[in-house]
Amino acid sequence: MACFIVPVAEAVVTTIITKVVKSKEKEEKVKVSFADGVVEDTTKIKFSTKLGWLNKLLWGGSALLAFEHIWHGEVVPFFPFLTAIQNGETADMFAEMFSAGVTMSVLVTAIWVCMLIVSHIIEKRAVHEVKLTEETL
Amino acid sequence: MTLLITIFAAIICTVIWYAGAYKSNMKVGFLCWLYWGASIMWFVDAIFKYAEIKAKFFNPAPLDMLNDSFLGLSVVAFGLLIWLINILITDPKGVIRENLFKKVEKTKLQSKN
Repeated sequence: MACFIVPVAEAVVTTIITKVVKSKEKEEKVKVSFADGVVEDTTKIKFSTKLGWLNKLLWGGSALLAFEHIWHGEVVPFFPFLTAIQNGETADMFAEMFSAGVTMSVLVTAIWVCMLIVSHIIEKRAVHEVKLTEETL
Repeated sequence: MTLLITIFAAIICTVIWYAGAYKSNMKVGFLCWLYWGASIMWFVDAIFKYAEIKAKFFNPAPLDMLNDSFLGLSVVAFGLLIWLINILITDPKGVIRENLFKKVEKTKLQSKN
């Protein structure tokens, strides 16, 4: 019906947060060991970049989901834009938004959090390997 | 079928992105985010549908399957279209910019002659 509206709303909020975080962030340089054993000075991935991953997931998913809703005739190009409102099924629409829509947003965010944890582990390991090589030298 | 087709598109794009991550600047990563985002959302949709119709979810009518496949392919095409527009606007290889500048140079030379 209109479940994609919830991820869209989240995407709007996270995009604004990303802009604010980006304007306040500073570059952090670290020494990193790459897969081929080369140690190089690099800049640490900014949190705004990581927030960008969530934005892309939310905007991308919502765009394709919106296409599906147009396909099924649930979204129309004229006011009130949602056929559920037009047919007096507003309560059902809100129920679907709170069940499926919220679950979609929560799952996407949970997967993004997992990605953050994995990237943090990879970053930590790469920095730790440099420390070990420096200690052995 | 829509979910399955989108997941396959997401996997193929991720493999292409990983294989040429440093060599290519075709922004395949953009497609990965697009398809993975949609796959997660449709996965949730599938769970809710399964909770509603139980085992019938795995035995769709042939016509429904055909319709869903058609939608899945259209979704993949729509995703590719968004990616293409993004590529043409951001122009990571500078192809469009180069062509436009060439045109300007040519017109300048013609006007001088």
